[in-house]
This record gives sequence, structure tokens and C-alpha cells, in this order.
Amino acid sequence: MLSVVDTLAPEPRMAPRACVRSELAVTPDIKTAPALSEQTVWMLAIRDQRDKAAFKRLFDYYGPRLKGFVMRTGAPAAQAEDIVQDVLLTVWRKAHLFDPSRAQVSSWIYQIARNRQIDIIRKEARPVPEALKAEDEADDEADAGQALAIEQETEKLRRALAKLAPAQRDMIERAYLGELTHTEIRDATGLPLGTIKSRIRLGLERLRHELKDLRQE
Amino acid sequence: MSPKISHHIPPEVIAAYAAGSLGQAYALVVAAHVSMCDTCRAELAAHEAAGGVVLEEIGEATLSDGMLHRLMGALDAPKPQERAPAARHGIYPGPVMEALKGATPRWKSVGGGVKQCLIGGDAQGASRLLLIPPGQAVPDHGHNGLELTLVLQGGFSDDAGHFDVGDVEVANAGLDHVPTADPGPPCIVVAATDAPLKFNTFLPRLLQPLFGI
Repeated sequence: MLSVVDTLAPEPRMAPRACVRSELAVTPDIKTAPALSEQTVWMLAIRDQRDKAAFKRLFDYYGPRLKGFVMRTGAPAAQAEDIVQDVLLTVWRKAHLFDPSRAQVSSWIYQIARNRQIDIIRKEARPVPEALKAEDEADDEADAGQALAIEQETEKLRRALAKLAPAQRDMIERAYLGELTHTEIRDATGLPLGTIKSRIRLGLERLRHELKDLRQE
Repeated sequence: MSPKISHHIPPEVIAAYAAGSLGQAYALVVAAHVSMCDTCRAELAAHEAAGGVVLEEIGEATLSDGMLHRLMGALDAPKPQERAPAARHGIYPGPVMEALKGATPRWKSVGGGVKQCLIGGDAQGASRLLLIPPGQAVPDHGHNGLELTLVLQGGFSDDAGHFDVGDVEVANAGLDHVPTADPGPPCIVVAATDAPLKFNTFLPRLLQPLFGI
């Protein structure tokens, strides 16, 4: 799959989160178009150019957050740093699997962190679903639109989380830290997941359609 | 890809899977179902997006000096050899093949023509493949906790409805059900229960709870 950077963010490392670049102001259509977040731009530079400067930025942003997250699950500081190191090294090594039309950077790193934490702490491999094959022939323009839509939906989730009452927010945090059982989670709703879910579903339907077309050729 | 699926994994079970709090045996059934079902794949991705937001917003902890240096130094080290995850084989989705270590199931007869193959488990639960001959009714079985049963071949019916390939029956503690396999090819399911019970071939069939076999 081609890079979204090529089509949407010609100056990858300069683009701040969801900015409107003033130099593009002459083109009204582009002026209002939101850009990909800087985290996504870093990740694409890591994936496509093996860009170590972008990796350092990703480290500066996610390293302390990952450590905070892992320590909240009860891991001592030293072990938390081992896990952070392991997760970020996995991000570097598996960067070719990152697809912003399927998952936002934070979501992708969250998955890796959960998998690695289970592998390391419980010493068992978490069963994971079959991967969907990303096809070279995929429609890049549609992918770029999908990547932006997922970012916008994730932003909505972020705002929804910020608006929750402290007790409810704490429940959500505990749920995604892995501290609640499924029966406890059943009673702890609070984030509106419906819209991001239908957006992801649309992307999957399009992917299935493309895969079917490829098979018929 | 997906067959027509009408019975899905409940959202809270998918959330627990995303968060890593679901036991290994159930996680296997969730991963196998998600491999077959885009509705639940989207549900899972939505929970992972929410998890990502929590990860970004939960608060930072200062990293020790030298960590960046160590990490940057590790980037160019040769990648450890990683085995590719097992691929789908026939009716068995990737995660099931992975649990089978890439081999075909080694069935053991448990009476009444029913066969099983244990494929995983830990202190919290067990997962197994079950093969039920067409038309065969499986005796009443209560259970202590959650039971997830995913159909891989054929189908079965009970009081809760009809379950085809890709469908998941979710039975909570106390539900008595008598699943009966459809006519046609044998019904093959992958099931997860909360207790790794031992099967005793000398017990009368009525005492053999299906999924606790």
C-alpha cells in the first residue's frame, strides 16, 4: 500500500496535529482539509523511510505515556521501562504492518503494548485474529480519506473521554488497562464507540470488495 | 470470506479481549471468531481505538536517562527470527491452527460418537475442539461461568436458536441447553469454558457435561 504521506502531507515532519497549513491557504478546498496528526506522519516516515529522527519523536511522545500506562497496571518502574523498550522496538520492527486506514497510531501501539505485556508478564502468547492482507493494488486515495476519518473519530473519542465525570473516566481507564472483567465492563459504558465502529466497518467492507475483485482477475 | 453470521461475541467480551483481561481460552475463541466476522473485527478495532486514547491521556512517567540511547542502539540490531503465525487451514481459522501448532486435530472419542481435542487452557479455563455427529444431541450441561462456542463446520440448534458456521453461542452460568447437531456433515466447534475439567470415559453419558468434558 502506498504511503499516505505522498498524497496528503508533503512536508511530513513539519505537520503538527490536525493543523491547517497556511501556505496552502490560496486553495480553498485544501485550506479546510485537515491534515494527518503528527504522530501518524512520524509513523509513516518510520514505515516508509526507516526515519530514525521520526522514531525519536515517537519515542519522546509515547515513551513517557507508555511508562505511565504500564505502571498504572502495577508494574514496578524498572520492569515498566523494559516493557516500554520492548514495545517501541516492536513498533520499529513491525512498522511495515502499520496501516493508518485501519488503525490510528495510538490504537496500533496500544495493541502492541497489550500483546507484549501479556507475552512478557503472563509468559503466554495472546491468540490474535488472522491479519487482513493489505494489498499493493489498494485504492490509495480512498485509504487516505479513511485514515483521516479514523483520526477524526479518534479525536471525538478523546473529547468524550475528557468530558466524563472523574469516576466514570476512572472506570474507562481501568477497563482499558485490563483491570476489569467482562461482566464489570458490561456495566461500565461511557464512550460512544458507535461512530468509529461504523467507520471502521466501512473500511473493512471496501477492503473485502477489493480483495474479491483481485481474486476474480 | 465471511459466512452469514447472526450470533456475535458480546461487546463487553470483545472489550475485555482488547484490554487483555480475558483468559487465554476465551481469547482464542474471540480471535477465531474475529478472523471470520468483520462486524466483530470492527467492534474490536473500536475498543482498541478507545484503548489508544486512554494510553495517550493517562499521564506520563519520566523515563530514566540513557533509555533513548539504549533503544536507538537496538534499532540496527538484527531482528530476532520470528515464526509466522499459523495460517487458516480448511475450516480451522489461523488462531485455532496456531493453538494446534499447525497440525491437524488429534481427536479422542468421548462417547456417543462425540470427539474432542483439547487445544489450550490455563488456570482460568480450557478450550477444545468438539466434533458432534449429525443429529446427535448433547446431554444437558450446566456450567459455572461463561461458555463460548464457535461453529467451524455444520451447525447445531438448541433453545437459544440455530447456530451456523461463524456463529458463537454465548452461554452464561446456569443456562441448561441441549445442543443438537444439524443433519449433514458432523458439527465441529471450538469451545471455551472456565474450568479445565477432566473427562472420565467411565462416567455415564448423562454425567458428561459437553463442554466440561
